[in-house]
Amino acid sequence: MAQILGGIGTSHVPAIARAVARGEQMSPYWKPFFDGYPPIRRWLAETKPDVAVIFYNDHGLNFFLNCMPTFAIGAAERYLHADEGWGIPVSAPLRGDPQLSWQIIEGVLAADFDLTTCQEMLVDHAVTIPLDLLWPHANPAPVRIVPIAINSIQHPLPSPNRCFALGQAVGAALRNGLDDRKVVIIGSGGLSHQLEGSRAGFINPKFDKLCLDKLSTDPEALLKYSAVDLIELAGSQGVELCTWLAMRGALQHPLELHRHYHAPISNTAGASLLMAEAAASHAPAL
Amino acid sequence: MPVTGTHPDSGVFDGDKAAKGYPLNRLCFSLNEQKNRELFLNNEDLYCDTFALSDAQKAAVRARDVLGLLEAGGNIYYLAKMAGAWGLNVQDVGALQTGVSVEAFKAFLLSQAES
Repeated sequence: MAQILGGIGTSHVPAIARAVARGEQMSPYWKPFFDGYPPIRRWLAETKPDVAVIFYNDHGLNFFLNCMPTFAIGAAERYLHADEGWGIPVSAPLRGDPQLSWQIIEGVLAADFDLTTCQEMLVDHAVTIPLDLLWPHANPAPVRIVPIAINSIQHPLPSPNRCFALGQAVGAALRNGLDDRKVVIIGSGGLSHQLEGSRAGFINPKFDKLCLDKLSTDPEALLKYSAVDLIELAGSQGVELCTWLAMRGALQHPLELHRHYHAPISNTAGASLLMAEAAASHAPAL
Repeated sequence: MPVTGTHPDSGVFDGDKAAKGYPLNRLCFSLNEQKNRELFLNNEDLYCDTFALSDAQKAAVRARDVLGLLEAGGNIYYLAKMAGAWGLNVQDVGALQTGVSVEAFKAFLLSQAES
């Protein structure tokens, strides 16, 4: 069985990639955000995952409205980033793990969860930025990846409850598998922000704090919300919280080791969270 | 600037909006590629015609009217690529939509974090 080491939630706004490209991590504007990552990097250096399963949302790089899967999983040997149209640097190709992807697909479909499978899949900043934040000195990151995209564009969106259940199914598929890979689960998105309309610029630190408080010990408290409730509470891009809920769903007995919150970065509340799976022998790693 | 309540432009991009906005969003999706951004910027009207945008969509493009683009079915994830082609970042777009200066928009972001 694969060993799930833990889960990480992180923001992914494109401005982070711009700050990295310009070497501005220690600038007065950015330092309070980047300060959230060294403890997570130390934990990763100690636990050494082989694979990162990344729940994220595509922002119109790979998926268009002509064909918009609710949940899509990559099953490729490698994943390319590409020009996203607004000028962030294109990252190096990322290594996939098709064997593990298919193991997850088999397990999740057997649990009545219907995924779209992709043997080619461009991954956008929502995949590349977390890897850059977590392994800043590696290019590409020293893990193979399994990207799982959650539709955050075309309504109706999957409910937070359904995204959590997807994570549970992925976690079970990993634990029931035959290989012995060490896996970290990443949720990429959020926290509160809204880019469009007269409500542009909305962020809600109070709700973000509630989410961070509940994720490790009482995620069920967050599953009562609909996707539209999340828009109300966290802004229309705040629905990216669903990627964190999917990540949390894959864990069984998480122990929060670290959290960090800094708002705003760009138009968004920046956050990171590290939870170690207590079943893993690595729980008290910090 | 309202910070609570569900707004008509709150971001619920449903089937009706997706159908109305399809040509516009398709154009925006094409702007992932540098050569298409150049074609667009060289002759925006011609590029809009190539994608069969509606008159309302073309007018909103011409006017750099982000709220108008949303009203015409644009989705912000795709519109962001048009904004990028115009050299606008998300603070610029936020300021345009809320009718304030970029500095005032940034101050609004900070004020919520501090409250």
